[in-house]
Amino acid sequence: MTLAKRIIPCLDVDAGRVVKGVNFIGIRDAGDPVEIAQRYNQQGADEITFLDITASHEGRDTTVDMVERIAGEVFIPLTVGGGIRSCDDIRTMLNVGADKVAINTAAITHPTFVREAAERFGSQCIVVALDAKRVSGDDEEPRWEIFTHGGRRETGLDAVAWAQQMVDYGAGELLLTSMDQDGTREGFDLGLTRAVAEAVGVPVIASGGVGTLDHMVDGVLKGGADAVLAASIFHFGEYSIPETKRYMAERSVEMRL
Amino acid sequence: MTIAVIDYGMGNLHSVAKALEHVTHEKVIITRDSRCIKGATRLVLPGQGAIRDCMGELERLDLRGLVEDVLARQGKPLLGVCVGQQMLLEHSAESGGVTCLGTFKGEVRRFPDGMRDHNNARLKVPHMGWNLVDQRGDHPLWEGIDSHEHFYFVHSYYVEAAEEADVLGSTRYGHINAHVAIGHESTFAVQFHPEKSSRAGLKLLENFVTWSP
Repeated sequence: MTLAKRIIPCLDVDAGRVVKGVNFIGIRDAGDPVEIAQRYNQQGADEITFLDITASHEGRDTTVDMVERIAGEVFIPLTVGGGIRSCDDIRTMLNVGADKVAINTAAITHPTFVREAAERFGSQCIVVALDAKRVSGDDEEPRWEIFTHGGRRETGLDAVAWAQQMVDYGAGELLLTSMDQDGTREGFDLGLTRAVAEAVGVPVIASGGVGTLDHMVDGVLKGGADAVLAASIFHFGEYSIPETKRYMAERSVEMRL
Repeated sequence: MTIAVIDYGMGNLHSVAKALEHVTHEKVIITRDSRCIKGATRLVLPGQGAIRDCMGELERLDLRGLVEDVLARQGKPLLGVCVGQQMLLEHSAESGGVTCLGTFKGEVRRFPDGMRDHNNARLKVPHMGWNLVDQRGDHPLWEGIDSHEHFYFVHSYYVEAAEEADVLGSTRYGHINAHVAIGHESTFAVQFHPEKSSRAGLKLLENFVTWSP
């Protein structure tokens, strides 16, 4: 087995600046997306995810411009998410150089959009983002449901069943975020990661909660994730990507060094 | 001196064009115009999505004959990428079976489901991410790239070439040994995405734009 597990730095971008929130609130500025993407590319990131968290329309044009500038400089896969609601949105992002788009809320409000998008652009560029929270009590069989709006709004959808449905509809990859863990720096929800990774045949990216390098190792070895996504531990220079990769490789995780 | 990326409506051609522009001062065009394609000094045949649609669109846009002509005469460097590699084989198992261009003898098969790694984790299909490419033989397009280098892949089907001599690189996934680089005379075709494979991929594209077979 030589397929490397992927390390994906995530840029949460608001109006053209990289920020990172704690539970999406309490945002800190981390810099220019193009510069940051270039730095991660030089350091050996396997892929970059650009999540547009800008609410305004004017901000959307900035996003398109940023994605285009990143794609002209960074020759590794680039996923763009946030506000992808139509095939036109997807076309726009692919035209400026994105390789994949991540669909989140629109997959819930309009599930057949995922099918339509996969048929039109191919599953290889359709990532469905799942934001899940544990809904079972401590002494119950663990169960997770999908939430929207930064974890504030419940949908009643079972996370594992929803993941399977999205794959049936043509999702080529899943970006799985634990809303319980996101921003806590206490590690991934490994139970959730394992449950989804075992339930689907497509790659699963684990997200939400990374605070240490051991968390990244656990995401792969215990959670069964194919890729791990992290933001703040890279942005604020606590760990570099080469250091992360060496650490994981020493613990028998297949890495592209 | 133009490099034409053949646009038959399948897939994301911007990435490959941008990466080519990064490594050459020659003009890079994305085109489906037969005169532009005939006039180009080098061709890139990309491809994404379902192979039946790729073959169908190539035919519908009257580009199939043109591509076949280039492949039959040889002499003009052509780089196939992803489904652009797979289409060069005789036949693909995708969508119940699709007849392809047949430049190379062999088949396109699907990775089996249910493969597991040494940790007993599921090996996912598509095979997505960075995997090692073992080069076979010296080829000008491998110059400056180590054998056993990582390249970026996204695919569920893989090439199994029938002629050993056509195989220029292979990659292991589970128990499958996929022929991820094949070539003959002025044709070179890869399953991975050089335009997304960072330094090694850009080096391969640079080798392609200076290649005189």
